[in-house]
Amino acid sequence: MLAHYGPQLVNLLAAILLLLAFAMLSQRRIISLINLFAAQGLVLFMATVLVATLTGQTHLYGSAAITLALKVFLLPWILHRLIRRLNVKWDVETLVNIPTIMLAGIVLVILAFNLAAPISQLAGTLTRSTLGIALASVLLAFLMMITRSKAVPQVVAFLAMENGLFFAATATVYGMPMVVELGIALDVLVASLILGVFLFQIRSRFDSVDTRHLERLKEH
Amino acid sequence: MSASLFSAQVAEVVSAVLLAPLLTGWVNQCRAWLQNRRGPGVLQPYRVLAKLFGKEVVLAHNASSLFRSAPYFVFGCLALAAAVVPTLATDLPLNAAADAIALVGLLALARFFIALAGMDVGTAFGSLGARREMLVGFLAEPALLMVLFTASLISHSTSLSTIVETLAHRELVIYPSMAFAGVAFTMVSLAENARIPVDNPATHLELTMIHEAMVLEYSGRHLAMIEWAASLKLFVYSCIGLALFFPFGVASGGDWLGLALALPVLAAKLAIGGAALALIEMLSAKMRIFRAPEFLGTAFLLAVLALLVHALLEG
Repeated sequence: MLAHYGPQLVNLLAAILLLLAFAMLSQRRIISLINLFAAQGLVLFMATVLVATLTGQTHLYGSAAITLALKVFLLPWILHRLIRRLNVKWDVETLVNIPTIMLAGIVLVILAFNLAAPISQLAGTLTRSTLGIALASVLLAFLMMITRSKAVPQVVAFLAMENGLFFAATATVYGMPMVVELGIALDVLVASLILGVFLFQIRSRFDSVDTRHLERLKEH
Repeated sequence: MSASLFSAQVAEVVSAVLLAPLLTGWVNQCRAWLQNRRGPGVLQPYRVLAKLFGKEVVLAHNASSLFRSAPYFVFGCLALAAAVVPTLATDLPLNAAADAIALVGLLALARFFIALAGMDVGTAFGSLGARREMLVGFLAEPALLMVLFTASLISHSTSLSTIVETLAHRELVIYPSMAFAGVAFTMVSLAENARIPVDNPATHLELTMIHEAMVLEYSGRHLAMIEWAASLKLFVYSCIGLALFFPFGVASGGDWLGLALALPVLAAKLAIGGAALALIEMLSAKMRIFRAPEFLGTAFLLAVLALLVHALLEG
Protein backbone atom coordinates (compact mmCIF):
# COMPACT_ATOMS: atom_id res chain seq x y z
CA MET A 1 0.00 0.00 0.00
CA LEU A 2 2.64 2.51 1.10
CA ALA A 3 5.11 1.21 -1.46
CA HIS A 4 2.50 1.84 -4.16
CA TYR A 5 1.21 5.23 -3.07
CA GLY A 6 4.43 6.43 -1.38
CA PRO A 7 6.21 7.79 -4.47
CA GLN A 8 2.97 9.37 -5.67
CA LEU A 9 2.56 11.04 -2.28
CA VAL A 10 6.13 12.38 -2.48
CA ASN A 11 5.29 13.81 -5.90
CA LEU A 12 2.14 15.38 -4.48
CA LEU A 13 4.09 16.95 -1.60
CA ALA A 14 6.67 18.22 -4.09
CA ALA A 15 3.87 19.83 -6.11
CA ILE A 16 2.48 21.44 -2.94
CA LEU A 17 5.97 22.76 -2.19
CA LEU A 18 6.02 24.43 -5.61
CA LEU A 19 2.50 25.75 -5.05
CA LEU A 20 3.60 27.31 -1.75
CA ALA A 21 6.67 28.83 -3.44
CA PHE A 22 4.32 30.53 -5.92
CA ALA A 23 1.98 31.61 -3.14
CA MET A 24 4.93 33.26 -1.39
CA LEU A 25 5.93 34.95 -4.63
CA SER A 26 2.49 36.52 -5.01
CA GLN A 27 1.93 37.31 -1.33
CA ARG A 28 1.74 40.95 -0.30
CA ARG A 29 1.38 40.69 3.47
CA ILE A 30 4.43 39.93 5.60
CA ILE A 31 2.54 37.90 8.22
CA SER A 32 1.01 35.62 5.56
CA LEU A 33 4.46 35.30 4.01
CA ILE A 34 5.88 33.95 7.26
CA ASN A 35 2.93 31.58 7.70
CA LEU A 36 3.46 30.30 4.16
CA PHE A 37 7.12 29.76 4.98
CA ALA A 38 6.11 27.71 8.04
CA ALA A 39 3.69 25.70 5.86
CA GLN A 40 6.50 25.04 3.38
CA GLY A 41 8.64 23.76 6.25
CA LEU A 42 5.83 21.45 7.32
CA VAL A 43 5.45 20.02 3.80
CA LEU A 44 9.20 19.57 3.65
CA PHE A 45 9.10 17.71 6.98
CA MET A 46 6.34 15.39 5.74
CA ALA A 47 8.17 14.73 2.47
CA THR A 48 11.40 13.90 4.32
CA VAL A 49 9.65 11.52 6.73
CA LEU A 50 7.94 9.86 3.79
CA VAL A 51 11.19 9.42 1.86
CA ALA A 52 12.85 8.09 5.03
CA THR A 53 10.08 5.52 5.51
CA LEU A 54 10.10 4.47 1.86
CA THR A 55 13.85 4.07 1.53
CA GLY A 56 14.76 2.97 5.05
CA GLN A 57 17.39 5.73 5.33
CA THR A 58 17.18 6.28 9.08
CA HIS A 59 19.38 9.37 9.14
CA LEU A 60 16.66 11.19 7.20
CA TYR A 61 14.46 11.01 10.32
CA GLY A 62 17.08 13.13 12.04
CA SER A 63 17.04 15.78 9.35
CA ALA A 64 13.24 15.65 9.34
CA ALA A 65 13.26 16.38 13.07
CA ILE A 66 15.67 19.29 12.54
CA THR A 67 13.40 20.61 9.78
CA LEU A 68 10.36 20.41 12.03
CA ALA A 69 11.99 22.11 14.98
CA LEU A 70 13.81 24.77 12.99
CA LYS A 71 11.62 25.65 10.01
CA VAL A 72 8.15 25.06 11.38
CA PHE A 73 8.56 26.42 14.91
CA LEU A 74 11.78 28.26 15.68
CA LEU A 75 12.37 30.38 12.56
CA PRO A 76 8.74 31.47 12.07
CA TRP A 77 8.64 32.35 15.78
CA ILE A 78 11.83 34.43 15.44
CA LEU A 79 10.41 36.12 12.33
CA HIS A 80 7.06 36.85 13.98
CA ARG A 81 8.88 38.37 16.94
CA LEU A 82 11.08 40.34 14.56
CA ILE A 83 8.19 41.93 12.67
CA ARG A 84 6.42 42.68 15.95
CA ARG A 85 9.51 44.41 17.29
CA LEU A 86 10.15 46.21 13.99
CA ASN A 87 6.43 46.96 13.71
CA VAL A 88 6.31 46.10 9.98
CA LYS A 89 3.00 44.35 9.37
CA TRP A 90 1.96 46.38 6.34
CA ASP A 91 1.82 45.32 2.72
CA VAL A 92 5.04 44.26 1.09
CA GLU A 93 6.19 46.52 -1.70
CA THR A 94 7.44 44.76 -4.79
CA LEU A 95 9.80 46.36 -7.28
CA VAL A 96 7.97 44.88 -10.27
CA ASN A 97 4.19 44.30 -10.35
CA ILE A 98 3.05 40.88 -9.25
CA PRO A 99 1.64 39.47 -12.54
CA THR A 100 5.00 40.17 -14.20
CA ILE A 101 6.80 38.42 -11.35
CA MET A 102 4.48 35.43 -11.74
CA LEU A 103 5.17 35.28 -15.48
CA ALA A 104 8.91 35.37 -14.78
CA GLY A 105 8.27 32.61 -12.23
CA ILE A 106 6.63 30.42 -14.88
CA VAL A 107 9.62 30.93 -17.17
CA LEU A 108 11.93 29.92 -14.32
CA VAL A 109 9.87 26.80 -13.67
CA ILE A 110 10.11 25.78 -17.33
CA LEU A 111 13.86 26.44 -17.23
CA ALA A 112 14.28 24.41 -14.03
CA PHE A 113 12.24 21.50 -15.36
CA ASN A 114 14.29 21.42 -18.56
CA LEU A 115 17.59 21.68 -16.69
CA ALA A 116 16.65 18.94 -14.27
CA ALA A 117 15.34 16.50 -16.87
CA PRO A 118 18.77 15.12 -18.02
CA ILE A 119 20.13 15.03 -14.44
CA SER A 120 17.20 13.11 -13.07
CA GLN A 121 17.63 10.55 -15.86
CA LEU A 122 20.99 9.68 -14.29
CA ALA A 123 19.71 9.48 -10.71
CA GLY A 124 18.48 6.10 -9.54
CA THR A 125 16.38 7.26 -6.63
CA LEU A 126 12.63 6.86 -6.51
CA THR A 127 12.12 10.60 -6.03
CA ARG A 128 14.30 11.67 -8.95
CA SER A 129 11.54 13.36 -10.93
CA THR A 130 11.05 15.89 -8.14
CA LEU A 131 14.52 17.38 -8.71
CA GLY A 132 13.00 19.81 -11.22
CA ILE A 133 10.55 21.03 -8.59
CA ALA A 134 13.33 21.47 -6.01
CA LEU A 135 15.37 23.47 -8.51
CA ALA A 136 12.30 25.53 -9.40
CA SER A 137 11.66 26.40 -5.74
CA VAL A 138 15.28 27.54 -5.33
CA LEU A 139 14.99 29.76 -8.41
CA LEU A 140 11.61 31.12 -7.31
CA ALA A 141 13.07 32.04 -3.92
CA PHE A 142 15.90 33.82 -5.76
CA LEU A 143 13.35 35.71 -7.81
CA MET A 144 11.47 36.68 -4.68
CA MET A 145 14.65 37.93 -3.08
CA ILE A 146 15.49 40.24 -5.95
CA THR A 147 11.95 41.56 -6.50
CA ARG A 148 11.23 42.64 -2.92
CA SER A 149 12.38 45.96 -1.60
CA LYS A 150 11.81 45.38 2.13
CA ALA A 151 14.34 43.45 4.17
CA VAL A 152 12.02 41.00 5.98
CA PRO A 153 10.63 39.41 2.79
CA GLN A 154 14.20 39.12 1.54
CA VAL A 155 15.14 37.20 4.69
CA VAL A 156 12.10 34.93 4.24
CA ALA A 157 13.14 34.37 0.61
CA PHE A 158 16.63 33.43 1.74
CA LEU A 159 15.18 30.87 4.14
CA ALA A 160 12.80 29.56 1.48
CA MET A 161 15.78 29.07 -0.83
CA GLU A 162 17.36 26.84 1.81
CA ASN A 163 14.09 24.84 1.85
CA GLY A 164 14.47 24.25 -1.86
CA LEU A 165 18.10 23.19 -1.52
CA PHE A 166 17.21 20.80 1.28
CA PHE A 167 14.46 19.26 -0.82
CA ALA A 168 16.85 18.91 -3.77
CA ALA A 169 19.29 17.00 -1.55
CA THR A 170 16.53 14.73 -0.25
CA ALA A 171 15.13 14.11 -3.71
CA THR A 172 18.38 13.29 -5.53
CA VAL A 173 20.65 11.56 -3.03
CA TYR A 174 18.39 10.91 0.00
CA GLY A 175 19.86 13.76 2.00
CA MET A 176 23.29 15.03 2.84
CA PRO A 177 25.58 13.60 5.55
CA MET A 178 24.47 14.54 9.05
CA VAL A 179 27.48 16.82 9.65
CA VAL A 180 26.69 18.90 6.55
CA GLU A 181 23.02 19.00 7.43
CA LEU A 182 23.65 20.15 11.01
CA GLY A 183 26.09 22.72 9.68
CA ILE A 184 23.55 24.14 7.22
CA ALA A 185 20.80 24.15 9.84
CA LEU A 186 23.03 26.08 12.22
CA ASP A 187 24.09 28.40 9.39
CA VAL A 188 20.51 29.27 8.57
CA LEU A 189 19.67 29.83 12.22
CA VAL A 190 22.69 32.06 12.80
CA ALA A 191 22.08 33.87 9.50
CA SER A 192 18.51 34.70 10.47
CA LEU A 193 19.69 35.97 13.88
CA ILE A 194 22.40 38.11 12.30
CA LEU A 195 19.97 39.39 9.68
CA GLY A 196 17.62 40.27 12.53
CA VAL A 197 20.30 42.40 14.18
CA PHE A 198 21.15 43.81 10.77
CA LEU A 199 17.52 44.82 10.25
CA PHE A 200 17.48 46.76 13.50
CA GLN A 201 20.65 48.52 12.39
CA ILE A 202 19.12 49.44 9.02
CA ARG A 203 16.03 50.75 10.72
CA SER A 204 17.87 52.83 13.31
CA ARG A 205 19.97 54.32 10.52
CA PHE A 206 17.28 55.02 7.91
CA ASP A 207 13.99 54.83 9.91
CA SER A 208 12.81 52.16 7.46
CA VAL A 209 13.68 48.59 6.49
CA ASP A 210 13.68 49.36 2.78
CA THR A 211 16.95 47.97 1.45
CA ARG A 212 16.96 50.47 -1.42
CA HIS A 213 18.43 52.90 1.11
CA LEU A 214 21.54 50.74 1.16
CA GLU A 215 22.20 51.43 -2.51
CA ARG A 216 23.25 54.94 -1.58
CA LEU A 217 26.71 54.55 -0.12
CA LYS A 218 27.63 58.17 0.37
CA GLU A 219 26.23 60.04 3.32
CA HIS A 220 24.90 63.47 2.59
CA MET B 1 -32.10 1.55 -25.49
CA SER B 2 -31.98 5.00 -27.04
CA ALA B 3 -35.34 5.86 -25.46
CA SER B 4 -33.97 5.11 -22.02
CA LEU B 5 -30.83 7.14 -22.76
CA PHE B 6 -32.99 9.99 -23.99
CA SER B 7 -35.19 9.95 -20.90
CA ALA B 8 -32.09 9.81 -18.68
CA GLN B 9 -30.82 12.90 -20.48
CA VAL B 10 -34.12 14.70 -19.96
CA ALA B 11 -34.11 13.69 -16.28
CA GLU B 12 -30.59 15.06 -15.91
CA VAL B 13 -31.40 18.44 -17.45
CA VAL B 14 -34.69 18.82 -15.60
CA SER B 15 -33.12 17.94 -12.27
CA ALA B 16 -30.26 20.39 -12.94
CA VAL B 17 -32.66 23.23 -13.79
CA LEU B 18 -34.90 22.50 -10.82
CA LEU B 19 -32.14 21.93 -8.28
CA ALA B 20 -29.94 24.90 -9.24
CA PRO B 21 -31.81 27.51 -7.11
CA LEU B 22 -31.63 25.07 -4.20
CA LEU B 23 -27.83 25.13 -4.38
CA THR B 24 -27.84 28.94 -4.36
CA GLY B 25 -30.21 28.90 -1.39
CA TRP B 26 -27.99 26.42 0.43
CA VAL B 27 -24.87 28.57 -0.12
CA ASN B 28 -26.71 31.67 1.11
CA GLN B 29 -28.04 29.77 4.13
CA CYS B 30 -24.52 28.55 4.99
CA ARG B 31 -23.25 32.11 4.72
CA ALA B 32 -26.01 33.27 7.06
CA TRP B 33 -25.13 30.58 9.59
CA LEU B 34 -21.46 31.49 9.45
CA GLN B 35 -22.40 35.13 10.05
CA ASN B 36 -24.53 34.13 13.10
CA ARG B 37 -27.74 35.02 11.28
CA ARG B 38 -30.78 32.76 11.00
CA GLY B 39 -30.94 33.10 7.24
CA PRO B 40 -33.94 33.06 4.91
CA GLY B 41 -34.01 29.26 4.47
CA VAL B 42 -32.80 27.20 1.55
CA LEU B 43 -36.02 27.67 -0.41
CA GLN B 44 -35.72 31.45 -0.62
CA PRO B 45 -34.47 31.54 -4.26
CA TYR B 46 -37.64 29.67 -5.34
CA ARG B 47 -39.78 32.25 -3.53
CA VAL B 48 -37.84 35.06 -5.22
CA LEU B 49 -38.31 33.41 -8.62
CA ALA B 50 -42.04 32.91 -8.01
CA LYS B 51 -42.40 36.54 -6.95
CA LEU B 52 -40.47 37.84 -9.96
CA PHE B 53 -42.46 35.71 -12.42
CA GLY B 54 -45.64 37.27 -11.06
CA LYS B 55 -44.39 40.81 -11.48
CA GLU B 56 -44.92 43.13 -14.39
CA VAL B 57 -41.97 43.77 -16.73
CA VAL B 58 -40.79 47.37 -16.86
CA LEU B 59 -38.76 48.14 -19.98
CA ALA B 60 -36.72 51.21 -20.86
CA HIS B 61 -38.09 53.15 -23.89
CA ASN B 62 -35.00 52.47 -25.96
CA ALA B 63 -34.69 48.78 -25.05
CA SER B 64 -34.27 46.71 -28.21
CA SER B 65 -35.47 43.18 -28.85
CA LEU B 66 -31.98 42.00 -27.87
CA PHE B 67 -32.60 43.25 -24.36
CA ARG B 68 -35.83 41.30 -24.16
CA SER B 69 -34.49 38.08 -25.65
CA ALA B 70 -31.10 37.99 -23.89
CA PRO B 71 -32.42 36.40 -20.64
CA TYR B 72 -33.80 33.46 -22.60
CA PHE B 73 -30.56 33.07 -24.61
CA VAL B 74 -28.52 33.09 -21.41
CA PHE B 75 -30.81 30.62 -19.73
CA GLY B 76 -30.79 28.38 -22.80
CA CYS B 77 -26.98 28.39 -23.03
CA LEU B 78 -26.63 27.42 -19.39
CA ALA B 79 -29.34 24.75 -19.57
CA LEU B 80 -27.48 23.22 -22.54
CA ALA B 81 -24.23 23.45 -20.56
CA ALA B 82 -25.96 21.59 -17.71
CA ALA B 83 -26.87 18.88 -20.23
CA VAL B 84 -23.31 18.61 -21.54
CA VAL B 85 -21.66 18.32 -18.12
CA PRO B 86 -22.05 14.78 -16.76
CA THR B 87 -23.86 15.61 -13.52
CA LEU B 88 -25.74 12.37 -12.91
CA ALA B 89 -24.60 10.04 -15.68
CA THR B 90 -21.98 9.75 -18.39
CA ASP B 91 -22.51 8.62 -22.00
CA LEU B 92 -25.77 10.47 -22.48
CA PRO B 93 -26.78 11.62 -25.98
CA LEU B 94 -26.01 15.30 -25.41
CA ASN B 95 -22.62 14.64 -23.82
CA ALA B 96 -21.28 14.21 -27.33
CA ALA B 97 -22.80 17.54 -28.41
CA ALA B 98 -19.95 19.55 -26.94
CA ASP B 99 -16.56 18.69 -25.53
CA ALA B 100 -14.74 20.69 -22.85
CA ILE B 101 -13.64 23.39 -25.30
CA ALA B 102 -17.09 23.86 -26.78
CA LEU B 103 -18.48 23.97 -23.24
CA VAL B 104 -16.21 26.93 -22.45
CA GLY B 105 -17.46 28.49 -25.69
CA LEU B 106 -21.05 27.94 -24.59
CA LEU B 107 -20.40 29.70 -21.29
CA ALA B 108 -18.70 32.51 -23.21
CA LEU B 109 -21.77 32.84 -25.44
CA ALA B 110 -23.97 33.30 -22.36
CA ARG B 111 -21.57 35.95 -21.08
CA PHE B 112 -21.58 37.68 -24.48
CA PHE B 113 -25.37 37.99 -24.50
CA ILE B 114 -25.65 39.23 -20.94
CA ALA B 115 -22.91 41.82 -21.59
CA LEU B 116 -24.66 43.02 -24.77
CA ALA B 117 -27.93 43.30 -22.88
CA GLY B 118 -26.17 45.28 -20.17
CA MET B 119 -24.95 47.77 -22.79
CA ASP B 120 -28.23 47.82 -24.73
CA VAL B 121 -30.18 50.34 -22.68
CA GLY B 122 -27.22 52.66 -22.50
CA THR B 123 -27.20 53.37 -18.78
CA ALA B 124 -23.87 54.09 -17.11
CA PHE B 125 -24.10 51.12 -14.75
CA GLY B 126 -25.02 48.67 -17.50
CA SER B 127 -22.04 49.38 -19.73
CA LEU B 128 -19.72 49.62 -16.72
CA GLY B 129 -20.83 46.20 -15.52
CA ALA B 130 -20.59 44.75 -19.03
CA ARG B 131 -17.02 45.96 -19.45
CA ARG B 132 -16.02 44.58 -16.09
CA GLU B 133 -17.69 41.28 -16.88
CA MET B 134 -15.73 41.00 -20.14
CA LEU B 135 -12.52 41.92 -18.27
CA VAL B 136 -13.11 39.07 -15.84
CA GLY B 137 -14.24 36.78 -18.64
CA PHE B 138 -11.27 37.14 -20.95
CA LEU B 139 -8.91 36.34 -18.08
CA ALA B 140 -10.97 33.52 -16.61
CA GLU B 141 -11.56 31.69 -19.89
CA PRO B 142 -7.93 30.72 -20.69
CA ALA B 143 -7.46 29.59 -17.09
CA LEU B 144 -10.56 27.40 -17.30
CA LEU B 145 -9.36 25.97 -20.62
CA MET B 146 -5.95 25.14 -19.12
CA VAL B 147 -7.61 23.35 -16.20
CA LEU B 148 -9.70 21.33 -18.62
CA PHE B 149 -6.62 20.59 -20.75
CA THR B 150 -4.83 19.17 -17.71
CA ALA B 151 -7.68 16.74 -17.16
CA SER B 152 -7.71 16.03 -20.90
CA LEU B 153 -3.99 15.18 -20.89
CA ILE B 154 -4.55 12.67 -18.09
CA SER B 155 -7.53 10.99 -19.73
CA HIS B 156 -6.47 11.53 -23.39
CA SER B 157 -9.79 13.05 -24.36
CA THR B 158 -11.47 16.44 -24.34
CA SER B 159 -14.92 14.96 -23.91
CA LEU B 160 -16.07 15.57 -20.34
CA SER B 161 -17.95 12.29 -20.30
CA THR B 162 -14.80 10.34 -21.17
CA ILE B 163 -12.73 12.34 -18.66
CA VAL B 164 -15.16 11.46 -15.88
CA GLU B 165 -15.24 7.79 -16.88
CA THR B 166 -11.44 7.56 -17.04
CA LEU B 167 -10.92 9.32 -13.73
CA ALA B 168 -13.72 7.52 -11.88
CA HIS B 169 -13.23 3.96 -13.07
CA ARG B 170 -9.51 3.43 -12.70
CA GLU B 171 -7.61 2.54 -9.58
CA LEU B 172 -6.80 5.49 -7.34
CA VAL B 173 -3.77 7.39 -8.62
CA ILE B 174 -2.62 10.63 -7.00
CA TYR B 175 -2.22 13.34 -9.62
CA PRO B 176 -0.15 16.28 -8.27
CA SER B 177 -1.13 18.29 -11.36
CA MET B 178 -4.78 18.05 -10.32
CA ALA B 179 -3.91 19.80 -7.04
CA PHE B 180 -2.75 22.83 -9.03
CA ALA B 181 -5.69 22.57 -11.41
CA GLY B 182 -8.06 22.36 -8.43
CA VAL B 183 -6.78 25.59 -6.91
CA ALA B 184 -6.93 27.32 -10.31
CA PHE B 185 -10.43 26.04 -10.94
CA THR B 186 -11.64 27.26 -7.55
CA MET B 187 -10.29 30.74 -8.30
CA VAL B 188 -11.87 30.78 -11.76
CA SER B 189 -15.26 29.67 -10.51
CA LEU B 190 -15.23 32.28 -7.75
CA ALA B 191 -14.60 34.96 -10.37
CA GLU B 192 -17.07 33.58 -12.93
CA ASN B 193 -19.91 33.23 -10.46
CA ALA B 194 -19.46 36.74 -9.08
CA ARG B 195 -18.45 35.43 -5.66
CA ILE B 196 -16.78 37.37 -2.90
CA PRO B 197 -13.11 37.97 -3.60
CA VAL B 198 -14.04 39.31 -7.05
CA ASP B 199 -17.65 40.45 -6.79
CA ASN B 200 -20.23 40.54 -4.03
CA PRO B 201 -23.42 38.64 -4.97
CA ALA B 202 -25.41 39.94 -2.02
CA THR B 203 -25.55 43.60 -2.97
CA HIS B 204 -26.52 45.89 -5.80
CA LEU B 205 -25.58 49.04 -3.98
CA GLU B 206 -21.84 49.00 -4.45
CA LEU B 207 -19.84 50.88 -7.05
CA THR B 208 -17.57 47.86 -7.38
CA MET B 209 -20.32 45.45 -8.42
CA ILE B 210 -19.95 43.53 -11.68
CA HIS B 211 -22.80 41.11 -12.27
CA GLU B 212 -25.49 43.15 -10.53
CA ALA B 213 -24.53 46.30 -12.44
CA MET B 214 -25.24 44.56 -15.74
CA VAL B 215 -28.67 43.26 -14.78
CA LEU B 216 -29.80 46.40 -12.94
CA GLU B 217 -32.25 47.31 -15.72
CA TYR B 218 -34.06 43.97 -15.70
CA SER B 219 -37.33 43.37 -13.92
CA GLY B 220 -40.16 40.86 -13.72
CA ARG B 221 -39.85 37.58 -15.59
CA HIS B 222 -36.66 38.74 -17.37
CA LEU B 223 -34.93 39.25 -14.04
CA ALA B 224 -36.28 35.88 -12.89
CA MET B 225 -34.71 34.19 -15.95
CA ILE B 226 -31.40 35.99 -15.28
CA GLU B 227 -31.38 35.00 -11.61
CA TRP B 228 -32.28 31.43 -12.48
CA ALA B 229 -29.50 31.40 -15.08
CA ALA B 230 -27.05 32.69 -12.45
CA SER B 231 -28.05 29.82 -10.15
CA LEU B 232 -27.69 27.43 -13.04
CA LYS B 233 -24.23 28.81 -13.78
CA LEU B 234 -23.14 28.15 -10.20
CA PHE B 235 -24.60 24.65 -10.50
CA VAL B 236 -22.81 24.00 -13.81
CA TYR B 237 -19.46 25.22 -12.47
CA SER B 238 -19.87 23.13 -9.32
CA CYS B 239 -20.65 20.09 -11.46
CA ILE B 240 -17.61 20.68 -13.71
CA GLY B 241 -15.50 20.87 -10.56
CA LEU B 242 -17.02 17.69 -9.16
CA ALA B 243 -16.63 15.94 -12.52
CA LEU B 244 -12.93 16.78 -12.71
CA PHE B 245 -11.87 16.40 -9.10
CA PHE B 246 -14.41 14.12 -7.40
CA PRO B 247 -15.84 12.03 -10.24
CA PHE B 248 -17.10 9.20 -8.04
CA GLY B 249 -20.62 7.86 -7.93
CA VAL B 250 -21.65 9.01 -11.42
CA ALA B 251 -23.89 6.54 -13.24
CA SER B 252 -23.13 5.29 -16.74
CA GLY B 253 -25.62 5.71 -19.57
CA GLY B 254 -29.32 5.09 -19.08
CA ASP B 255 -28.90 2.88 -16.03
CA TRP B 256 -31.90 3.93 -13.90
CA LEU B 257 -30.69 2.26 -10.69
CA GLY B 258 -27.36 4.05 -11.11
CA LEU B 259 -29.17 7.33 -11.76
CA ALA B 260 -31.27 6.88 -8.63
CA LEU B 261 -28.07 6.28 -6.65
CA ALA B 262 -26.19 9.13 -8.36
CA LEU B 263 -28.73 11.77 -7.31
CA PRO B 264 -28.16 11.52 -3.52
CA VAL B 265 -24.38 11.26 -4.10
CA LEU B 266 -24.49 14.43 -6.22
CA ALA B 267 -26.65 16.18 -3.60
CA ALA B 268 -24.19 15.27 -0.85
CA LYS B 269 -21.20 16.43 -2.90
CA LEU B 270 -22.94 19.71 -3.78
CA ALA B 271 -23.94 20.26 -0.14
CA ILE B 272 -20.31 19.89 0.96
CA GLY B 273 -19.08 22.01 -1.96
CA GLY B 274 -21.64 24.73 -1.24
CA ALA B 275 -20.64 24.86 2.43
CA ALA B 276 -16.98 25.10 1.36
CA LEU B 277 -17.87 27.95 -1.01
CA ALA B 278 -19.65 29.80 1.81
CA LEU B 279 -16.59 29.28 4.02
CA ILE B 280 -14.22 30.66 1.35
CA GLU B 281 -16.49 33.68 0.94
CA MET B 282 -16.55 34.28 4.69
CA LEU B 283 -12.78 34.06 5.02
CA SER B 284 -11.86 36.40 2.20
CA ALA B 285 -12.37 40.10 1.73
CA LYS B 286 -13.71 41.67 -1.45
CA MET B 287 -10.83 42.76 -3.68
CA ARG B 288 -10.54 46.03 -5.46
CA ILE B 289 -11.71 45.61 -9.04
CA PHE B 290 -8.21 46.21 -10.37
CA ARG B 291 -6.88 43.34 -8.28
CA ALA B 292 -9.16 40.97 -10.20
CA PRO B 293 -6.75 40.68 -13.19
CA GLU B 294 -4.00 39.75 -10.75
CA PHE B 295 -6.24 37.16 -9.07
CA LEU B 296 -7.19 35.61 -12.41
CA GLY B 297 -3.64 35.88 -13.73
CA THR B 298 -2.58 33.78 -10.75
CA ALA B 299 -5.30 31.26 -11.59
CA PHE B 300 -4.05 31.06 -15.18
CA LEU B 301 -0.44 30.60 -14.10
CA LEU B 302 -1.44 27.87 -11.65
CA ALA B 303 -3.29 26.11 -14.45
CA VAL B 304 -0.18 26.38 -16.67
CA LEU B 305 1.87 24.99 -13.77
CA ALA B 306 -0.56 22.09 -13.60
CA LEU B 307 0.27 21.27 -17.23
CA LEU B 308 4.02 21.58 -16.54
CA VAL B 309 3.84 19.42 -13.42
CA HIS B 310 1.87 16.86 -15.38
CA ALA B 311 4.65 16.79 -17.98
CA LEU B 312 7.35 16.47 -15.31
CA LEU B 313 5.87 14.03 -12.80
CA GLU B 314 3.25 12.06 -14.65
CA GLY B 315 4.43 12.04 -18.23
